[in-house]
Amino acid sequence: MLRHVTNRILGQALRVPATPNPAAVGGAGLPRMYHERVVDHYNHPRNVGSFEKNEEDVGTGLVGAPACGDVMKLQIKVDNGTGKIVDAVFKTFGCGSAIASSSVATEWVKGKQMEEVLNIKNTEIAKHLSLPPVKLHCSMLAEDAIKAAVKDYEAKRSKANGKH
Amino acid sequence: MTSKLLAALLRRSLLKPTTSSCYSTTFIHRRPLSTAAAIVEPLEEDANGITMKGVKISGRPLYLDVQATSPVDPRVLDAMLPYYVSRYGNPHSRTHLYGWESENAVESGRAQVAALINASPKEIIFTSGATESNNISIKGVMHFYKDKKRHVITTQTEHKCVLDSCRHLQQEGFDVTYLPVKPDGLIDLEKLRESIRPDTGLISVMMVNNEIGVIQPMEEIGKICKEFNVPLHTDAAQALGKIPIDVDKMNISLMSLSGHKIYGPKGIGALYVRRRPRIRVEPQMNGGGQERGLRSGTVPTPLVVGFGAACELAMREMEYDDKRIKALQERLLDGIREKIDGVVVNGSTERRYAGNLNLSFAYVEGESLLMGLKEVAVSSGSACTSASLEPSYVLRALGVEEDMAHTSIRYGIGRFTTEEEIDRAAELTVKQVEKLREMSPLYEMVKEGIDIKKVAHFGYGVVAGRIQLDQSGRSSSGHLSSRESNLCLIRLC
Repeated sequence: MLRHVTNRILGQALRVPATPNPAAVGGAGLPRMYHERVVDHYNHPRNVGSFEKNEEDVGTGLVGAPACGDVMKLQIKVDNGTGKIVDAVFKTFGCGSAIASSSVATEWVKGKQMEEVLNIKNTEIAKHLSLPPVKLHCSMLAEDAIKAAVKDYEAKRSKANGKH
Repeated sequence: MTSKLLAALLRRSLLKPTTSSCYSTTFIHRRPLSTAAAIVEPLEEDANGITMKGVKISGRPLYLDVQATSPVDPRVLDAMLPYYVSRYGNPHSRTHLYGWESENAVESGRAQVAALINASPKEIIFTSGATESNNISIKGVMHFYKDKKRHVITTQTEHKCVLDSCRHLQQEGFDVTYLPVKPDGLIDLEKLRESIRPDTGLISVMMVNNEIGVIQPMEEIGKICKEFNVPLHTDAAQALGKIPIDVDKMNISLMSLSGHKIYGPKGIGALYVRRRPRIRVEPQMNGGGQERGLRSGTVPTPLVVGFGAACELAMREMEYDDKRIKALQERLLDGIREKIDGVVVNGSTERRYAGNLNLSFAYVEGESLLMGLKEVAVSSGSACTSASLEPSYVLRALGVEEDMAHTSIRYGIGRFTTEEEIDRAAELTVKQVEKLREMSPLYEMVKEGIDIKKVAHFGYGVVAGRIQLDQSGRSSSGHLSSRESNLCLIRLC
């Protein structure tokens, strides 16, 4: 009886709840470990969708090759007057890291100026997602998609300006 | 009484778990006062589910990866346990009861394995697994006959251990022909005939492929080998206990068998070595001359007993399992096909083992699909290649398009798979594929009517080239390195 009581008291004092620490876990160098941010972007993808390609304020960047297992389409909607990106959407055929890289890319370009987003580097995306070395090409492709979208929009603009 | 309390207090304070190391998956209980061995537990398992490697799932996943390994049948475990704790002798100990009873157990295990393949027990030697058996067969045979025979024939869809052994032989100066396969996965018998040379020492063709599940026409291949008097080796790790095997009808000289694919223990396999006509093999493990001098080392009695029991069960239940698994396979395929289109079965649909279903889903990438299918334990291609970035070389050999090769998922159905598991797996697959197709630009383009095959690459400043697969290039190297497959992104600027 006494032992039972002491067990209870001691048990409550000494029980330490296991505190999961996923932040410490990410990028620990173990093979095939998905950072929780990558899993989050996969499970709750932000900004999946399409804009109408032919609209004059939409720039479309389509990069990659199905043969390589990675194709990204990133579209930006730009305010013609200020040159600010007001909205962005993406669609990706690729692994979880590719989906997460393009999703992050759409989040980061929203609300920025077009010249600013050209400075987004793939290393920043990779660091944000803790991509392992084998998956760095996914972030590179995301950077290329951003640049391609901006280039496409500028080409459209210059054509439109050329006409008038 | 108080001393007991004090002891309890002391013990509990010492048992307080230490702070987790950077490997979150395990931590080791320190029990300085106990003689029990350290217990390793997963760190994060609570009422909400399990978290491992950054992924959270609500319970243990459904196991649909029987080609990778299978659970040990409880009856097999029952047969093994006495040989661990009470009858633990070394079967090569000649002088006492422990050795004699252990040797008896090994011999009866040997007879059980032999019965399943219609061989004599004298023709079975035990090894550590099918990989070791494959190594002994290929390297051992060619080294023994190296003066007269310098040529080996195998296929492009063999298991990695066979391909690697052949590559090793190539480095030593032997010639190896890697036969291509037809799009349904079967080898072309005419091509086999044509490639046999007077100095061909061995033909190696696996009976049931581990990735796509196709069954090669062993009897016809055996006839050709008999005609040209060339020994036939087959890797039957996936076939044992699942399809009927008769070494005499199929004219097989060497056969590799594995324990853990037929609900037996891991770490044991066997090699069938024909005695009439005798095939000679150079041993790869030197030592005390156990196992007819072909494989030295103590034979692990409990594992052999387990393997034998598993073989006997397989013999009894093969037909029943086969019927049941065929029905489950149809259920899975129908369940998936009625909800989504663009589903391709890789490999022949007629000559196929029912428990292996390898599907490709168009416009969806395999790794992202696997990420979403965490509640179902399946694999994309083979477990051996899953660590690398290569799309499976078996699918490449089938001539599957590069983008489809990335999308394949292998479902394994076994003795213990239930209908509920199949239904749930089909449901989850359909859900994930639909979600990924929503996200896929290729699906969008196809719906708009653009032919994506015409558009090989996209993008500014980045050239993605198609890798040319030519048969002659393949026959010398067998499979592409990962460096070559990563060369597809080349920056121009």
